[in-house]
Amino acid sequence: MSGADDVEIPEVEYVSGSGVPIRGNDIDTDQIIPARFMKVVTFDGLGEFAFFDVRFDENDDPKEHPMNEERFMDSSVMVVNSNFGCGSSREHAPQALMRWGIDAVIGESFAEIFAGNCLALGIPTVTADSETIQELQAWVDENPDGELEIDVEAETVTYGGETIDVTVDDAQRKALVEGVWDTTALMKSNAGEVRKKAQELPYVEERQIPDAE
Amino acid sequence: MSERTLYDKVWENHKVTELPTGQDQLFIGLHLIHEVTSPQAFGMLEERDLEVAYPELTHATVDHIIPTADQSRPYEEDAAEEMMSELEENVREAGIDFSDPDSGDQGIVHVVGPEQGITQPGKTIVCGDSHTSTHGAFGALAFGIGTSQIRDVLATGTLAFEKQKVRKIEVNGELGDGVEAKDVILEIIRRLGTEGGVGYVYEYAGSAIESLGMEGRMSICNMSIEGGARAGYVNPDETTYEWLEETDYFQANPETFDELKPYWESIRSDDDAEYDDVVTIDADELEPVVTWGTTPGQGVGITEPIPAPEDLPEDKQDTARRAQEHMRVEPGETMDGYEVDVTFLGSCTNARLPDLRRAAEIVEGREVHDDVRALVVPGSQRVQRAAEEEGLKDVFEEAGFEWRNAGCSMCLGMNEDQLEGDEACASSSNRNFVGRQGSKDGRTVLMNPQMVAAAALEGEVTDVRDLKEVTTA
Repeated sequence: MSGADDVEIPEVEYVSGSGVPIRGNDIDTDQIIPARFMKVVTFDGLGEFAFFDVRFDENDDPKEHPMNEERFMDSSVMVVNSNFGCGSSREHAPQALMRWGIDAVIGESFAEIFAGNCLALGIPTVTADSETIQELQAWVDENPDGELEIDVEAETVTYGGETIDVTVDDAQRKALVEGVWDTTALMKSNAGEVRKKAQELPYVEERQIPDAE
Repeated sequence: MSERTLYDKVWENHKVTELPTGQDQLFIGLHLIHEVTSPQAFGMLEERDLEVAYPELTHATVDHIIPTADQSRPYEEDAAEEMMSELEENVREAGIDFSDPDSGDQGIVHVVGPEQGITQPGKTIVCGDSHTSTHGAFGALAFGIGTSQIRDVLATGTLAFEKQKVRKIEVNGELGDGVEAKDVILEIIRRLGTEGGVGYVYEYAGSAIESLGMEGRMSICNMSIEGGARAGYVNPDETTYEWLEETDYFQANPETFDELKPYWESIRSDDDAEYDDVVTIDADELEPVVTWGTTPGQGVGITEPIPAPEDLPEDKQDTARRAQEHMRVEPGETMDGYEVDVTFLGSCTNARLPDLRRAAEIVEGREVHDDVRALVVPGSQRVQRAAEEEGLKDVFEEAGFEWRNAGCSMCLGMNEDQLEGDEACASSSNRNFVGRQGSKDGRTVLMNPQMVAAAALEGEVTDVRDLKEVTTA
């Protein structure tokens, strides 16, 4: 029953790699992964459908898009603008990006559910102001092979010989750096207190609380 | 202790402990699941050799992929059949209640919970669907989660979460004729922006909210997420209790109703509660709101001109330009007269009985425009039966609407109900994102159900108040 304890959760202190700029505010999760690709019972294979409708035309021929450019093929850090990942709660969105090769996202701001879903996969969502992001996007455009290094704990990004300050939400930072971003086992270990809480709540019926293990 | 909001109280009541990350571990009182976002979570449980911890606090239905025309099994589409079978197997093995189509209780998950009485004030409610905020209409703390979080809730009955700020949105005054809850929330999102609610939970209050029925409150809470707020709620009151008393759950357990009522009263925000922000809106000033763009924040009153991108804040200009190009609208014009090919009356925002009633009133004795394909998709089988019993189905069908079975349908285009090519759709749903309704060139105009009915009759976006005047004259 306690198999969860066996799951290894890596600590995510640094993420490094080359970048890919995805410009635009309010990029929603329907764009990141159109609903028709969600008719699957596993997340495997979603990577090739990331941003599908903006990357391919009706004949599935590639359109102009950074993720179709050879120079960004090996990128692992996506640089985005504001309210990225808004809309649907579909974890298929970060799953698709992760499976395409993305290990971290730097942006002006993120929709909450999207950021939470990224955290559950160990993907940092790092923020900086609009000007900083635009400079970073321009640099990535000019230096597609250039290395970006995100220091999650120090809240910095280093690129092109320069180190800039960024923000990583407190809980996210702790969870990533200490390797507790996958919370299943941790929360399961509190099962006794959870039961007690269930018994305390007036609307939970006795029959709805399973016997203690 | 006073000075606390409903949010503060429900949070404290459900907090199990603080986790090493600084997040709180929250007990989840109701976990709703559906076929699209849960199968992978059950897969993860199996990989980790874990079981569902609180099956009795979990409830399932099927809504996203279910066909609304021919629902005979196996479904025509293999992928839909596979997802349905997977859900059936998962709930059977775990002993989870399932409102499946044979039960007569199936429907959109956010219509099903409230109508069965399992959505209650003071509960924490989660679901792998961003529109879970709907349930906040009952004074529950309800929000959407991703699949890894579904795994957590299934395995532990809890969720790791950070507390947010609370913004009170006070809507005072009276809504005019043809103006609905939908217009209130579209106006809120338009004013505060699609990311204005990030980091906040919205408390909707004021006389205009209090005078709404539960369905209207649900429409508003439903679209909190479109304004960036993961959750929104209304304090429970007599309107809430009247609804609850009629539900199956409390009809079967009337003594539980009396037992729980003091708890529901206790979690209401205190009169002197402190808020992180307060916004007020005058309901008397509102007119029907429709969207001109490709985010729910790009809305405009039906008699107002579409804004020029250069008149918007700088960070909104690019998005607006792209949206206007996609929608093929011109600044300075109104949306009145924008031609539509399809009308969709449905979704977890606006497919409950009163929504259909108000639309039917507009439709009665008239005909759908020759160039329009008009769909009505009831939010649940119960809504469908009730509407059929009171003759609404006949009204719609006689006018030329297609009357379908319950599901999410053309709100997100996961089943056969999709826009084709560059069709324009007047829709009572919640998202006008590019590609949302199944075609990447499709164009969606969001509006209230009466306005959808008017668009179906006229073949273009129409101020429903003008149609009403004709009737009265």
